[in-house]
Amino acid sequence: MKELLSGNEAIARGAYESGVTVAAAYPGTPSTEILENLARYPGVYAEWAPNEKVAVEVGIGASLAGARTLVAMKHVGVNVAADPLLTFAYTGVNGGFVLVSADDPGIHSSQNEQDNRRYAYFAKIPLLEPGDSQEAKEMVGLALDISEKFDIPVMLRTTTRVSHSQGLVEIGEPKPRSLKPYARDARKYLMVPAYARLRRVALEERLARLKEYSENSPLNFIEWRGRAVGVITSGVSYQYVREVLPGASVLKLGMTNPLPENLIKKFAGEVEKLIVVEELEPYLEEQVRAMGFKVSGKDIVPYTGELDPGVLTRVFTEAGILEPSAAPAAALPEGPAAPGRPPVMCPGCPHRGLFYALRGLKLTVTGDIGCYTLGGLPPLEALDCCICMGASIGAAHGAGKADPALAGRTVAVIGDSTFLHSGLTGLLNVVYNRGSSTVIILDNGTTAMTGHQDHPGTGRTLMGEPAPAVDLEALVRALGVRRVRVVDPLNLAETRAAVEEEVAAGEPSVIISRRPCVLLKKETRPAAVVLAEKCRGCKVCLRLGCPAISMKDGRAAVDPIACTGCELCVQVCREGALLKGVEACD
Amino acid sequence: MIKPVDILMVGVGGQGTVLASKVLAQAACGAGYDIKVSEIHGMAQRGGSVVTQVRLGEKVYSPLIAEGGADIVLAFEKLEGLRFLRFLRPGGTMIVNDQEIPPVPVLAGAAEYPAGIVDYIRRAVPSAVVVDALGLALECGSARAANVVLLGVLARRLPIAREIWEEALAGRVPARFLEANRAAFRAGYGYNG
Ligand code: SF4
Ligand code: SF4
Repeated sequence: MKELLSGNEAIARGAYESGVTVAAAYPGTPSTEILENLARYPGVYAEWAPNEKVAVEVGIGASLAGARTLVAMKHVGVNVAADPLLTFAYTGVNGGFVLVSADDPGIHSSQNEQDNRRYAYFAKIPLLEPGDSQEAKEMVGLALDISEKFDIPVMLRTTTRVSHSQGLVEIGEPKPRSLKPYARDARKYLMVPAYARLRRVALEERLARLKEYSENSPLNFIEWRGRAVGVITSGVSYQYVREVLPGASVLKLGMTNPLPENLIKKFAGEVEKLIVVEELEPYLEEQVRAMGFKVSGKDIVPYTGELDPGVLTRVFTEAGILEPSAAPAAALPEGPAAPGRPPVMCPGCPHRGLFYALRGLKLTVTGDIGCYTLGGLPPLEALDCCICMGASIGAAHGAGKADPALAGRTVAVIGDSTFLHSGLTGLLNVVYNRGSSTVIILDNGTTAMTGHQDHPGTGRTLMGEPAPAVDLEALVRALGVRRVRVVDPLNLAETRAAVEEEVAAGEPSVIISRRPCVLLKKETRPAAVVLAEKCRGCKVCLRLGCPAISMKDGRAAVDPIACTGCELCVQVCREGALLKGVEACD
Repeated sequence: MIKPVDILMVGVGGQGTVLASKVLAQAACGAGYDIKVSEIHGMAQRGGSVVTQVRLGEKVYSPLIAEGGADIVLAFEKLEGLRFLRFLRPGGTMIVNDQEIPPVPVLAGAAEYPAGIVDYIRRAVPSAVVVDALGLALECGSARAANVVLLGVLARRLPIAREIWEEALAGRVPARFLEANRAAFRAGYGYNG
C-alpha cells in the first residue's frame, strides 16, 4: 500500500517500521514533525528534550541500554549537540542510533544555512542523504542496520525540500521491537584518555570497513545514459538533475560519508565531462577533486540558497552544457510592483506589547530565536541583534562589560522555551561575573515558532502526559538573581515602568513577561472599536504593527474578525479614538 | 513519458491552501498519478505568503517547479497572483481569486496595494480565469469554502475524473461542513469566467 507522506512523516514511519523504541528531539524547522509523528506510533517512547545536546545524550543512554534510537534536530541544533556526538563516534552504539539533521538551504526558517554533511565527515560517522520520502523511510532502517553492524552513530541528513515535500511511500510492516542485551564494557564506553586512545584507533578501523561497505552499497549507484556528461549528486539535487539533464549519466550517492572511491573512479573514468551538483558546500566536489579528477561544481552551481530545476537550467545553459531553449519565455508586460508580505506577529500577540514598550524606552536590545525575533522587523524594529539560541543573555552581559554606559541601557529578551534550551547558563554567568544585565523572559507558555510544542515549563510531555512545570521565578532566584518580577506585556504602563526600574537597578534582574501565546488560548475579548470622529489619523496605532489595524480614508480601522481585543491600540491612542469592545457597547 | 502537470498554488496564511492541496493530492493519487507536493512551513504561517507546489504525472522527480514552468498558477489572493505570475509558462492557465488581503506594509502605510492587478493579469495572460470565490462561497452558505470553490475551478482543468474529486473532497472535509463544501466545489467546477 502506498501513502502520501512528507519526508518527516516518512522518517517517523521508517523509525517505527525498523523497531525504534526511543526518540528525542528539540523542535526546530524543518525537523519538528518527525517526533510529533513518531510519538503517535505504538511501542515508541518519544520526548522533547530541553535542547539538542540533551536529546543526543538521552539517545546515547537509550542506545547503550540496547534500544534502537532516533534523535532529530534542525541543522543548527547539531552545533549544540556536537559535543556528545563527536565522542559518541568513539564509543559506538549498542542499539542502533540515527541522528536526523534537517538542513535548511535557502534559509526559509533559520539563522544560517550551514551544510551539516561537514559534521558527519568531521565526526567520522556514516552519512546518508535521502532525496525523497520513499528514500527517507528506507534510509532510516538502513541507517540503523549500519549503526549496529559497524558500531557507530549514523547521520541521516535531510533538507527542507525533503522534509517538507510529500511523495508516495510504500508502507511496510513494523519489525518486532526488542532491546539488545547490555553488557558493561568500560573500555568501550568510558572515554578517559587510556580508553579513548584505543577507541580512536578503532574508529579509523570502522571507517575503513565502512568505506568498503559504501563501495558495494545499493545506496550508491550509477545510472548510465549518455557519456558526454556525467553528474555526481546526492539528496534532492538528484531529482533536479533527472529533470534538467535527462540524457546525462548519473552517479547517485545515498551514502556520502565515507565516499565510495572506486565507484567514483569508475564513473569519472567513463564520462567526458564530470560535474558535481550539490546544494551549499562543495562537499562532494572537494573530495572528488582530491581523488585526482578534473571536475566542475561550484564554478557553475551556486554556493548559496536552494537549487531547483529553474536554477539548474539557467546555470547549465550559461555553462554551455544545455542548448539554449529554442523559444525563450516571452517577457511579461511591464506591471505594478508587488509589495512584500513579510511574516508578522499575530494580532493580540503578547510580544507586541513588550516590544512597543522597549522601543519607546530606546534601549539596546539583544534578541534571541523565536516568534519574538519578528519584533526586529518594521514597524517595531526593537531588536539590535539575534545570533543563536540563548545568545541574547551572554551578548547583553558582554556589551555591558565592554561599555559600562551600555550596561544601564541594555536588555536581553529570550522566550521561555529558548531560556530553558540554553539561557540558564548565560544567566548564571551574569550573576557569577557580577554583571548587571536585565533579562526579559517572554513567557508565552509554549514553543510558538515551530507550532506550539511543549517544554519543561508547560506541564505536559510530548506523549501527552501531565508533567511538573518548572517554576521560572524560583529557578532564576536559585541562579542568584535577587530582582525578579512578573509583568503583563499587554499592560504597557506596567511593562514600561518595570523595565525602566530594572535597567536602572545596577544588578542582575529578570522580568518575566507573562501571557500565553494568543494562538494557544483561543478566548478573545471583544474587538476594539474606532470612534471615527475622534481619530486624527496620526497613525500612532500603526506603530504596533498589528495586522488587524489599518488606515481607511485617513482614519484608523480595526478588522473585527482579526482583532483579539488585546487592547494595546486602546492604550497607545492619545486621542481616545480606540475603545475597548465592551465600552463601545455601553 | 508524459510530462508532469505542474501546479503552483499561492495565497496567504489562513486561506485554506493546505486543505486544497490535500484534496488535490488525494484526487491525484486516486487517479493513479505519481505526485509530489512541496510546502513551505514556519515563518509563512505568521501571515506571510504561502506557496504550495504540486506536480503530478507518470513519474515525478523534482518537488519544485521552475520559474516560467508552471502549467497552472492558482492564486487564492490577487497580489500573490501578481507576485507569482512569473512562474506561469507561456500558454499556461492562470486562475486568480479576485480577493484583496493587504499585507502589513500596506496596512501600516509603508506601501500601496497595487491598483488594477486583475487588469494587468488579464493583459499578461488573456485567458486568465478570474473568480469571485468568496462571493460564490457565500452563495453556497459558507465564507470559509472559498478555497474549495477555487479547487473546483482548478479541478475542471485537470485530467482527473469528477467522481474522484468528489470522493477526495468527502475524504478530507469533516462531515458537518461537507454539504457546503460540495456545493462550493460544484460552483467552482461549473464556473465559466
Ligand atoms: S504564534 Fe503566538 S507567539 Fe507567535 S506571533 Fe503568534 S501570538 Fe505571538
Ligand atoms: S485590540 Fe488593537 S492591537 Fe489588539 S488585536 Fe485588536 S486591533 Fe490589534
